[in-house]
Amino acid sequence: MVAPELSAGPLNLGTPQLQGAAAGVEVSHQKRLGIAGWLAIGWLGLLVGSAILAPILPVGSPTHLYLDFAGDGPGTAGHILGLDTNGHDVLAETIYGARESLIIAIGAVSAGILVGGSLGLIAGYFKGKIDLVISMLFDILLAVPALILAMSLSAFLRGDPSQGAGLPVEIILVIALGIVSAPPLGRITRASALTWSERDFVTAARAQGAKSYRVMTREVLPNVLPAMFSIALLAIAVVIVAEGGLALLGVGVDFTTKPSLGNMIAVYAQSDLRDHPYLVFTPIICIFLTVLSLNFLGDVIRAHFDARETTL
Amino acid sequence: MAFLVRRLARLVIVLLCVTFFSFFLLQLLPGDPVTTIAPIAPPEVKRAIIVENKLDKPIYEQYWNWLSKFVRGDLGNYYRSSGKDPVSADVGNSWPVTAQLIVYSMMLTLLIAIPLGVFSAYVAGSRFDRLLNATMFGAIAIPDFALGLVLAYFVGVRLGWLPNNGYVHPTDNFVLHIKSMILPALSLSVGQIAGYMRVLRSDMIATLQEDFITMARSKGISTKRILWRHALQPSSLTLLTIAGLNVGALIGGTVVVEIVFGLPGLGTVLTGAIRGRQYVALQSVVALVAIVYVFMNVLIDLLYSRLDPRVRLGRA
Repeated sequence: MVAPELSAGPLNLGTPQLQGAAAGVEVSHQKRLGIAGWLAIGWLGLLVGSAILAPILPVGSPTHLYLDFAGDGPGTAGHILGLDTNGHDVLAETIYGARESLIIAIGAVSAGILVGGSLGLIAGYFKGKIDLVISMLFDILLAVPALILAMSLSAFLRGDPSQGAGLPVEIILVIALGIVSAPPLGRITRASALTWSERDFVTAARAQGAKSYRVMTREVLPNVLPAMFSIALLAIAVVIVAEGGLALLGVGVDFTTKPSLGNMIAVYAQSDLRDHPYLVFTPIICIFLTVLSLNFLGDVIRAHFDARETTL
Repeated sequence: MAFLVRRLARLVIVLLCVTFFSFFLLQLLPGDPVTTIAPIAPPEVKRAIIVENKLDKPIYEQYWNWLSKFVRGDLGNYYRSSGKDPVSADVGNSWPVTAQLIVYSMMLTLLIAIPLGVFSAYVAGSRFDRLLNATMFGAIAIPDFALGLVLAYFVGVRLGWLPNNGYVHPTDNFVLHIKSMILPALSLSVGQIAGYMRVLRSDMIATLQEDFITMARSKGISTKRILWRHALQPSSLTLLTIAGLNVGALIGGTVVVEIVFGLPGLGTVLTGAIRGRQYVALQSVVALVAIVYVFMNVLIDLLYSRLDPRVRLGRA
């Protein structure tokens, strides 16, 4: 099944970009979680929990160098996931890296939902010219491949750090990835708002004299939210992957001060793939399990709320 | 005809917006662009950069200057302390690599996804179908660059079957060329296969329940012929939709996978420009990639309207 929210009409010039995770594979039509669902929740709980608690967990600092053990593989006493050739503890790096990646992903998707969601809601509710303008804006943003758009925004917003003028890289990534995720999220919200705005209870609210703002936030928005939420989970998965892509392209967060899952892959892939493959595979497995869990839960939620009914 | 005119008008607007966006990126640079691009260049070189890009002129003049050069194939220059090199030469060498990778991975995707999709629709609900379904759900969760690294390590380093780095030009040695492209193409394909296969499967299942299939069956036509000759074609429209949806991801993925496998394509040009802070070059390459993407989407739309008359008549 194609995720219905994501399949752009054939006439659209730009097409949604979220598909990496959401290109329409849904694993289950059942609404129960099942073992896989609980495993997914468990993994995400572990990930988010350790990301939040990272500073008080007994893992040490990701930038501390254990020179005596440099280059030792997984299973080293006290360093369960091993160390890199400089002596960084991989477990600490992975936990702090996941923290960094999650902060960026959640920040970007929240920004995307806030901007894209409000625009989509306005477009779907008011229709007509406003819809035309907003949809055109989405189309234009979608007319550049998502990763290229995010890459160019982050590259240009950063400029030359030695001139000391730019914003912190995390903020730049949140802005860039937020801008990229706004149009697909906005389109889904718009499609959903379009149908809900036609419902009788909306007409009833309007007939009672409710202002547009009130109708939008009190009548339309609550019904649109489930569709947005299930897509938000998928979007977080996509942004976590995108952060990795950006790191490989050289516009990610600086590895030496702030490891992220993406820049760990980018840095270790360059020098350590042959001799210390666990350095590359640890963050990869971490991303894989996270994306898998998010996709799965996104599908379950979508099946639960039957998002199809809420979209065009 | 009206359909074509409408599409064309839209295309022009989108192209103008996309080029303006790429051009405008330079304005986002914090600090002075010339110092950023060529920090240690002597003043006369800096002056030349300003004059060449009309950086001291109003923005519409800058845009016009940039656009009129761009359409004539002048993509600006790399500025080094020693002098400048045209970006177009670099792009001219690297775009074929990117194009090859995209074409190969599309071929690989279709080659694997179509038979799998057709077959799993035929055996829908069986154990094989469910296993395939679960595998594909997993496949879609692996980022292309991550899969690339996994393949590079296991197939390239451990087994040593295929090169995990570097590019061979097809005219130099075609066999080595194909060998050097298998892993990159495969890493791009796996995620796409999942998407294509699932869509084709669900569409085929629907088609297989149509009356004309029952009719064909009752005439005694073989299963193979029904699947490939009768059912596949009406189910292929969605394949095209998914192709359209995937082009953007494919371009983004290609750029990153090129870096993983050390292929000298546009991705390498992009990272080179980022690393060297060559923002004029970066701007042009971004515009180029975006324009190619826009045209690929137009192409898919046109194909779509050929296959489905309802779209052509604007009724879909």
